[in-house]
Amino acid sequence: MNKRSCWRFAWLVGIFAVYFLLNEPGTAEAMHIMEGFLPVGWAVFWWLAFLPFFFLGVRKLTRMTRDNPELKLLLGLSGAFTFVLSALKMPSVTGSSSHPTGTGLGAVMLGPLPMSVTGSIVLLFQALLLAHGGITTLGANAFSMAVAGPFAGYAAYKLVMKLGNREKLAVFCAAAVADLMTYVVTSIQLAVAFPSADGGVLASMVKFGGIFAVTQIPLAVSEGLLTVLLWNWLKAYSSQELSLLKRGARGGNTL
Amino acid sequence: MKNKWKNLLMLLAVILLVVLPLLFVNGEFGGADDAAEGAITEIDPAYKPWFKPLAELPGETESMLFALQAAIGAGVIGYTLGLLKGRQDRQKLNDQKN
Repeated sequence: MNKRSCWRFAWLVGIFAVYFLLNEPGTAEAMHIMEGFLPVGWAVFWWLAFLPFFFLGVRKLTRMTRDNPELKLLLGLSGAFTFVLSALKMPSVTGSSSHPTGTGLGAVMLGPLPMSVTGSIVLLFQALLLAHGGITTLGANAFSMAVAGPFAGYAAYKLVMKLGNREKLAVFCAAAVADLMTYVVTSIQLAVAFPSADGGVLASMVKFGGIFAVTQIPLAVSEGLLTVLLWNWLKAYSSQELSLLKRGARGGNTL
Repeated sequence: MKNKWKNLLMLLAVILLVVLPLLFVNGEFGGADDAAEGAITEIDPAYKPWFKPLAELPGETESMLFALQAAIGAGVIGYTLGLLKGRQDRQKLNDQKN
C-alpha cells in the first residue's frame, strides 16, 4: 500500500472507532412502516405521491426494453440485487437489525425511474408474503425505497462523477446514499404523521431518525461496498452493456 | 490481480461491519417492527392500527420465505454473471481464431 492509501485507511478506522464509541445500544429497530401504522389520510397521500413515479417508470421500462432489448439482462440483475439485499437483515450498531435496499445499483445503471417499478415489486412481495411493511403503507414505503432512494442515489452518482470522474467512488456513494435516504424519508413520513406533543414534527423526526436512519449508517456502507463489488464484476464481464449505458443510448442512463 | 485483492478487502469490510456490532454492542438485534411501533404509541398513545396484515406467518415459515427471497435473487445474479462471462469467453476465443 502506498502512503496515500495508508492514510485513507487510518482515517476510516478512526472515524469508525468514534462512531462505534458514540453509539449507545438501544432496542429500536424496524424496516419499513408496518401495516395499519399510518393514519388513513397519510396512507392515501403517499399512495398518490408514489403512483405517478410508478407509471412513468413502467413507461420508461417498456421503451427501454423495446429500444435496447439487451438491457433486459441488466434490468433483471438490478432487480435481483434489490431482492437479495432487502432479504438480508443485518445487525447494526444500535443493537437492532435492518436491511439494505439495493436500489442504488439499478439507479446508476438504468436511471432512477425503472427502480420505482422493481423496488415496489420487492416491497409487494414482502408485504404479501412476509407481513413486512403492508398494503396500506405500501405507497409510503415505495415512495421512500423505490422513489426517493434511487433518485438521491442517482444524484449522488452524477455529482461525484462531475466533481472527480471517479467511477467506483461514485457507485459507492450512489448505493450508500440511496440506502440511507430511504430510511431518512421513512423517518420524515412517520414524523409528519405522528408529531410529538412537545416539540412537534421536529422532535418526532429526531426520534424516528434515531430508530431508522442511525441504524442504517453501517448498512449503507455495507451496501455501498457490495455494490462496488458487483460493479467490478460487471465491468470485467460486460463492458459492452455498460458502455451502451454510458453513451446514454436511447432509453439508457437518462431520466 | 490488484482488483482481486481490492474485492477481497471489500468483502472483509462488509463481514466486519456485520460481526463487530454483534461482538461489541449489547443489544437484542430483534427483527420485528416492535420498536417503531413502540415509538408511535409513546407519541400518540391513542393511536390504533386500522388495518391488520393479511397473513401472520409463523416465524419458521417467515425465515423460509426470506431465505427463498435471497436465493431467487442470488440465483438470478449468478445466472447473469455466468451468462456475461460465457459470452465474453466465447468472444475472446473467436478473436483468437481470426
